Amino acid sequence: MSETLNYWLVIVGILFVLLNIAAFLIWVERRMLALWQDRLGPNRAGPFGLLIILADTLKLFFKEDWIPPFADRHVFVIAPAVIVISVLLSFAIIPFAPAIQIVDLNIGLLFFLGMSSLGVYSIVLGGWASNNKYSLLGALRGASQMISYEVFMGLSLMGVVMLSGSFSLRTIVEAQKDYWFVLLQPVGFVIFFIAGIAETHRLPFDIPEAESELVAGFHSEYSGMKFGMFFIGEYLGITLISSITVALFFGGWLGPAFLPPLAWFAIKTAGFILFFILLRASLPRPRYDQLMEYGWKILLPLTLLNLLVTGGIILFLNQP
Amino acid sequence: MLLLEQLPVNYAPVAFQFFVAVGFVVVTMLATHLIGPKRKTSDKLTPFESGVEVQGNARHPMSVKYFLVAILFVLFDVEVIFMYPWAVNFRELGILGMLEMFTFMIFLLLGFIYIIKKGALNWE
Repeated sequence: MSETLNYWLVIVGILFVLLNIAAFLIWVERRMLALWQDRLGPNRAGPFGLLIILADTLKLFFKEDWIPPFADRHVFVIAPAVIVISVLLSFAIIPFAPAIQIVDLNIGLLFFLGMSSLGVYSIVLGGWASNNKYSLLGALRGASQMISYEVFMGLSLMGVVMLSGSFSLRTIVEAQKDYWFVLLQPVGFVIFFIAGIAETHRLPFDIPEAESELVAGFHSEYSGMKFGMFFIGEYLGITLISSITVALFFGGWLGPAFLPPLAWFAIKTAGFILFFILLRASLPRPRYDQLMEYGWKILLPLTLLNLLVTGGIILFLNQP
Repeated sequence: MLLLEQLPVNYAPVAFQFFVAVGFVVVTMLATHLIGPKRKTSDKLTPFESGVEVQGNARHPMSVKYFLVAILFVLFDVEVIFMYPWAVNFRELGILGMLEMFTFMIFLLLGFIYIIKKGALNWE
């Protein structure tokens, strides 16, 4: 019974930390963007403007929770919940440290891919239920973008699976004791990261919510905490893709002994989150046809080639 | 719970995680629903269209390309799924498995070249 209690404590603890990170990232992103664009950013409320997190959260809670009369009521409510739940579930398989992992599934990577695919429902349902032209356009764009990049997202990870021989994230991290997989799978890493950006529809791939064309895309009609859910989902998505990248390609919690494993994991993940924000600050948005052609015609064949080359080299080296 | 315990791996934590996640979402959305003000104004009753008067329904026919991409996704994702088990077991399958996968990828690429030649991926 104490084991069950332990599970609950770990789960609630991780959930609490994750939600705080998501809220904290709002401040980090605004400050970092300001830094890179030679501005100050939010700096009034509290030290370094940190209290803006509290203000933002409170504001979201006290806004009117508007369900438009022209919308599909039930679907409209379910859509923002789907993204948060699916992303939070993905975190179940992430090994934060040797002792901190909710569950070590033998199909961990497949579980992550499955859960991240569910995120597309949130966009499609939200855009459809809003019954707004901008929302529907954003939803359709988002759906085709996410499913297109999903095809090779999983495939780009298969190089890592071939090297470690397992889908379990713990085994994959432990297999990187001698060298990180990014050294052996640089192409796989780049493709996975690009697909991850498209999957979280972050800039420069934020075509489903391109402000200059579609107002706010699929969540144009959302307000209050329902809008907040899409927001949390986005920041949790960034954290998820960053931590999966760290676990698969950058040795997870492994690092020199002067810092605890969890600290190594957190530092590496924070680095990738900052890279996500830097991308937003530095890259323009591609056109929709460019995005789709880039995915299907360049990245997909490249992923297949990467897989074959990896397989060939491993078999060649393992020959008796 | 009984069903979960019969599986080779313990999936109970995933179920717990699911309940906690659902709980968080439900509580937050209910709270904002109860706390927030409710003011109905006529402007809110129409969909947002950049301040212009609403023209017709949002749900009119869309470009068929989106549908085509969805179909291609189903095709390719099913083909890609065959590579997952191979990637886990490929050391045991050895050279023969590698050659077989190579043949499979050639078939996949033939289909891929066909759809490119057909212009299924060209957006105008």
